[in-house]
Amino acid sequence: MAAHLVSTTINGDAVEFACPADESLLSALRNRLGLSGAKEGCGTGDCGACSVTLDGRLVCSCLVLGVEANGRKITTIEGMAENGVLHPLQENFIEYAALQCGICTPGFLIAAKVLLERNPNPTETEIRYALAGNLCRCTGYDKIVRAVQASARELRQIEKRKGRKKKGKKS
Amino acid sequence: MGNDPSYTNQKFKVIGSRVKRPDGIDKVTGRAKYGADHNAPGQLVGLFLRSPHAHARIKKISTARAEKLSGVKAIITCDDLPDLTNGDTEARDILENCMARGRALYDGHAIAAVAAIDEKTAKKALQLIKVTYEALPHVTDVDDALKPDAPVLHDYIYTTGVEPKPKTPSNLCNVSEFGHGDIEAGFAEADVIVEKSYKTEQVHQGYIEPHACVASVSPDGTGELWVTTQGHFSFRSVCANLLGMDVAKLKVTASEIGGGFGGKTHVWTEPVALALSRKANRPVKVVMTREEVFRASGPASSTSIDVKIGAKNDGTITAAFAALRYQGGAFPGIWAMLGAMTSFACYNLANVKALGYDVVVNRPKVAAYRAPSAPMAAFAVESTMDLLAKKLRMKPLDFRIKNAAKEGTRASYGPVYGPIGIGPTLEAVKKHPHMRARLKKNQGRGMACGFWFNFGGQTCTDLNIATDGSVTLTVGTIDVGGSRASLSLIAAEELGIPYEQVRAHIGDTGSLGHNDMTDGSRGTFSSGMATIFAARQAVEVMRARAATMWDIPVEDVVWESGQAKATGKKHRKLKALSLADIAAASPNTGGPIAGHNESVPDNAGVSFASHICDVEVDPETGATRVIRYTVIQDAGKAIHPTYVEGQFQGGAAQGIGWALNEEYIYGDDGRLQNPGFLDYRIPVCSDLPFIDTQILEIPNPHHPYGVRGVGETSIVPPLAAIGNALSNAMGVRMDHVPMSPPRILKALAQLDG
Repeated sequence: MAAHLVSTTINGDAVEFACPADESLLSALRNRLGLSGAKEGCGTGDCGACSVTLDGRLVCSCLVLGVEANGRKITTIEGMAENGVLHPLQENFIEYAALQCGICTPGFLIAAKVLLERNPNPTETEIRYALAGNLCRCTGYDKIVRAVQASARELRQIEKRKGRKKKGKKS
Repeated sequence: MGNDPSYTNQKFKVIGSRVKRPDGIDKVTGRAKYGADHNAPGQLVGLFLRSPHAHARIKKISTARAEKLSGVKAIITCDDLPDLTNGDTEARDILENCMARGRALYDGHAIAAVAAIDEKTAKKALQLIKVTYEALPHVTDVDDALKPDAPVLHDYIYTTGVEPKPKTPSNLCNVSEFGHGDIEAGFAEADVIVEKSYKTEQVHQGYIEPHACVASVSPDGTGELWVTTQGHFSFRSVCANLLGMDVAKLKVTASEIGGGFGGKTHVWTEPVALALSRKANRPVKVVMTREEVFRASGPASSTSIDVKIGAKNDGTITAAFAALRYQGGAFPGIWAMLGAMTSFACYNLANVKALGYDVVVNRPKVAAYRAPSAPMAAFAVESTMDLLAKKLRMKPLDFRIKNAAKEGTRASYGPVYGPIGIGPTLEAVKKHPHMRARLKKNQGRGMACGFWFNFGGQTCTDLNIATDGSVTLTVGTIDVGGSRASLSLIAAEELGIPYEQVRAHIGDTGSLGHNDMTDGSRGTFSSGMATIFAARQAVEVMRARAATMWDIPVEDVVWESGQAKATGKKHRKLKALSLADIAAASPNTGGPIAGHNESVPDNAGVSFASHICDVEVDPETGATRVIRYTVIQDAGKAIHPTYVEGQFQGGAAQGIGWALNEEYIYGDDGRLQNPGFLDYRIPVCSDLPFIDTQILEIPNPHHPYGVRGVGETSIVPPLAAIGNALSNAMGVRMDHVPMSPPRILKALAQLDG
């Protein structure tokens, strides 16, 4: 099978790679682009360890083909910290010990970020259902949910401050 | 109760603080390298051909067509792995499990392996290998395997532990017996006796990271293995022995580990990966698929257990008996023995007997799973304890308190306990607000206790002080869940420096002496102990260096709060030297400053837990939800309380999955029907509530800080706690785990009928 040239944007950078039509995006990220933050836990979309976003939508990259990335925007765990500053979710996962072995952590962080972008003030139940596609076998999810709750609070405060500043400028 | 003030009064500076783990940033940014994240120049892809039969004779393996396929660099069958085990039956079983030798013993058993330039070529090559099988009768159920007409797996297994020695081989490998007193006399004294049988199905550890390694063997006989493992030193010994390599010439580097829970204490593909590399003369990467993990790594035993307990009307247990049948998969194990040892460990019993029956069946070779064998035994015993309490019209909690083991109790498995935590955890249950919370319709509350031995084992640790005063701690125990943070805290405590000044690493097999695996809850206990002694040795070196710098006798130098101080009036003008001062001068005072420790820190300190659980059952579907859960466990001393809580919560969650959902389902053909996370359903975030924890600290007198292992006990009580809660919610006694919706509906229907 001949390889296809794929032009895509990953974590804000223009990237080109070639891959056969039947290769998963996960495989392309890990084996062609050196982005091994996304993990393969099952290869069947059941564990969420390979979570990335495709045009802002949360996907299991093991269920997406590499060629489907053509002309789209992908974000992976490697793009979550900006300019060396950890995202509040990343900070809080460490602070709250939301990881033990850490293999599921990239997937959880991506999924949680998508959740908080859509719903800045989720209930505990909403968090639990939003993260139900990501398996963790170490923590019992307790500290993960607490880390997401703490991050939601922080992010809301940051937004509030931004809002105030904007208002201040207008007046 | 057993609180030794000399330990509890210890004033710690950093022990017990909740610092950030040193590997945290790597793990939240995707930089941490796990088993499958490593690549070697020129590496090949290794794949396995696995048996579709539960039991078969392998008449012929034809690899000729596969070998001719362009891009195929090596093919391995058992012919490439000669038996070098020299009478070591355990090693021989490992060898045969890694690659079938003339017969396939379970669905998924490795038959051949291929190394090719890419995955596509390797897959094609597997399809070109032709295997001629002769299917044999199989048995997958532990009770069926003991029937007289059961197909016998091995002609060399003659039951040990029984008299007279059997004349014919069978699937019963060994019968082990534990206990003391006279149970017949004890049951004769009893006013009330309860007797019941239970079954538990097979479960998998379910670590999210599949087994993965990169193996590289050179023509000169040296080799390297990058691997996700709980014990790289043990992997080195096993692989070198199976392949006829010198142990010291194989360097094993442990990757970050994506969960193990006991399943990564055993080799599966690694010796074959090395053999492929040796044959192809190129590095070979092998990554299991999830299906392979379920079919061909090591799950926990399925079991069948009978329990009989008798008590007087005042609640005193007079006798306890259990017969525990555990299957170890296709090879002999010690799983029933461990079940028998742990079964009655929580109680103070005058007359007790536990018999363990270790059985082989046509299933994958069983591996350790967090407190291996204890949860099933606890399910049977703790369910029976509740039944008996009910008959005695006692509260199950009070019945347990009355019979709880204490300091001086002879354990049912032999030793006499020192200070232990079962009594205090039960008293803490009594005081816990959870016990007084209101329950609604279809809800019920249950509790149960659990025990695990904990383990010390061989340990070797290095502590090196750089000239700027920063400290490198190199340990040989794999960090499965944050132990680098705990060990850095210990080094900081001993040296009197900030936590941030210490950096802990896991050394490869070339950098330290042998370390046993991270199992038996030993990581923080053993390496922690070795860290303490290595740090104290470094302190002695620094005292001597300070004495040199001051030109005074070393006896006049004391170490306090991270500083060398000169004692006595005559030295009062000498300003204290910090660790950094001494380190900076070290090039001129004798060279690098280091501390080292090699030891076998035994007496890891037994661990007990009591759990409280509320469930709600939907009577229409039989689905059960855990709505509140509390773990109370003795940690001895919590070095990093957040990570101790994490161990409590994680074990409880695994136990909840085991209790309610998880099970290997075999068809009549002996093939595993649910080798994937969709059909083998582990708990997801929306299945669970927050899991409350309470850490008790009853110091282990054999550890300088009182530490006990904390990793495993938390998985022991949940099966029974949930069974007891279900019983209280719906009036049904579940005797078969998992207590899945169909089984609960069936039990409810029988109740109505």
